[in-house]
Amino acid sequence: MSENSSKFGSPAKVPAWVNLALIPLVNLTAAFILSGIVILIVGDNPITALEVLVYGAFGYADAIGYTLYYTTNFIFTGLAVAIAFHCGLFNIGAEGQAMIGGLGVGLVALYFDALPFWAVIPIAIMAAAIFGGFWAAVPAYLQAKRGSHIVITTIMFNFIAASIMTYLLVEVLIAPGGQSPESREFVESTWLPFFHDFLPMPETPLNVSFLFALVLSAAFYYFLWHTRWGYEVRVVGENETAAKYAGISPARNIILAMIISGALAGFVGVNEILGVHHRLILEFTGGFGFVGIAVALMGRNHPVGIFLAALLFGALYQGGSELAFEMKSINREMVIVIQGLIILFSGALEHMFRPTIENFFKKRAGSAAVEA
Amino acid sequence: MFEIFILLMDATFRVATPLVLAAMAGMFSERSGIVDIGLEGKMLGAAFAAAATAYTTGSVWLGLMAGIVTSMALSMLHAYACVTHKGNQVVSGMAINIMVAGLTPTLAFAWFQRGGQTPALTGDDRFHSITLPFAEAVRDIPVIGYTYAELISGHNILVYVAAASVPICAYVLYRTRFGLRVRAVGENPHAVDTAGIVVNKLRYQALMVTGLLCGIGGSYLSTAHGAAFIRDMTAGKGYLALAALIFGKWKPVPTLFACLLFAFTDALQARLQGVDLPIVGVIPVQFIQALPYVLTVLLLAGFVGKAIPPKAIGQPYIKER
Repeated sequence: MSENSSKFGSPAKVPAWVNLALIPLVNLTAAFILSGIVILIVGDNPITALEVLVYGAFGYADAIGYTLYYTTNFIFTGLAVAIAFHCGLFNIGAEGQAMIGGLGVGLVALYFDALPFWAVIPIAIMAAAIFGGFWAAVPAYLQAKRGSHIVITTIMFNFIAASIMTYLLVEVLIAPGGQSPESREFVESTWLPFFHDFLPMPETPLNVSFLFALVLSAAFYYFLWHTRWGYEVRVVGENETAAKYAGISPARNIILAMIISGALAGFVGVNEILGVHHRLILEFTGGFGFVGIAVALMGRNHPVGIFLAALLFGALYQGGSELAFEMKSINREMVIVIQGLIILFSGALEHMFRPTIENFFKKRAGSAAVEA
Repeated sequence: MFEIFILLMDATFRVATPLVLAAMAGMFSERSGIVDIGLEGKMLGAAFAAAATAYTTGSVWLGLMAGIVTSMALSMLHAYACVTHKGNQVVSGMAINIMVAGLTPTLAFAWFQRGGQTPALTGDDRFHSITLPFAEAVRDIPVIGYTYAELISGHNILVYVAAASVPICAYVLYRTRFGLRVRAVGENPHAVDTAGIVVNKLRYQALMVTGLLCGIGGSYLSTAHGAAFIRDMTAGKGYLALAALIFGKWKPVPTLFACLLFAFTDALQARLQGVDLPIVGVIPVQFIQALPYVLTVLLLAGFVGKAIPPKAIGQPYIKER
């Protein structure tokens, strides 16, 4: 990737809120308008659809639980893609890293299940990080040391991960006597507590991984902006040549950033496998890795932005299932269309509205200066 | 043994066809300096448009046209984002893939009510295999006659189009003025600009070719190889074509062989399912399926030979003022 194409939000003499709020909002609106047109084409009413979507995502306690459960996955993958972005890398492999991370979780839960709760959970979480991190470290090493393009290698690693998972679940880990490709259920001492276990709320898949994701968001912020390692990662992302002159090793930081990235993606396995399914299944990643790209782009690679974007996508996921249930011509895939459009407008076409909006504010600032 | 080999090669050709077309498509885009991981989405979009139109109109040719138009429209969207607005090329490609992956089943569901598929194509609304002249007459001649009848004859027209696309693309890329310019703009857009050629226009043209070829490849999937659109029917073929392109070092003939190699592993995998081989035993299907991807990673790591991409790839061209 070129030096200037991977930067998001170039400095301009406009108020910060224009860059951080107005432009993303305009992009989002454009994506939603186009989605509305698609809904019109398939023969439904976009306004009703929006109402169903919002009610389905936030309208009642169950809905909020589900929305936050999806949000958890998107925080993990959003942070994963973002830290790679900060190092100037495009990690398309979050999907595969999440799969392998989930594999690590599953193996621990299956084979260490005699351990008590307080021991097996930390080991499983560490396994998610190690497995996911390893799956990202190999492409990172190849990029840093042998110059293979990380975009291509991470795509290839997604496919290889899917093959490995299919093989393991069909041939090796499949529950004895089972038909579908999934492992046996874990013993209950390895299950993460659900929110409804300790809070007065209806049963939803929301579990303590959500709190873990929030803690990680804070750690992400602290790491990138308040530690030496985080600083080095950002310098390499800004300018590799400058980093070299400053005595910072690009190779080391590329590998570091990708290991963290893979570990973060691997935590999807903690939420899904340890928190909800309690068994290893195929395709538990459900495209969360790819949506992480949109989350990071929308969130401007900042944990606060990522949380908001993750919440948006969580709401889309949950509201989307409601939408498919309530409206006759809309099915689950409509949500994917909206995601694609959001990635298109907030990522690929992010420079489309920017010049117009910036000019407007520059002109206004100019005329204000004249009047004064 | 010989007959098994011929049947295996026959299957290889069928599987290779969309790969070859998509890889040739990607070659024009990438040689002009635009990364195209959107091959997958363009093929999927074309597959849906082709099947839907062919079913509705009853004409497979109209279906092919619709497939091509759809793919070209998506290609122009990519150009608009990457060339006009200098957007991130990888993000744009991803966006197209994700959007189409959602849009095709959504429209199929709304228009045909068959759970994200199109109705089956049976008559004139799909491509049928063609028997080449004398194929039946020479079938009994050993080796040559049999090869001609089984392997060369009996494919649908798009397989032959794919076969022809390789020499044609090679000719266009290496022997025409347009091809020279495409290659030059992918290596050094500044030099091309200095020579008075408009870089952006040239990249738009290259992406038109990409759209055209991808459209044929996608239409093949739903109207020739299969007989309906099924959701996600490209199943990673776009990425595989991209891998073949890298494997073939962005050159037409080596890329063709990479496609054939990948297709061969796929055909082999279908044949080897559950077969107990001497020494190695039963090879898990998933391992053979993952082989092309593993090979690509090894190649990219430089263990098989260095793949050097066009120099200006991935960078939007900013004209100096």
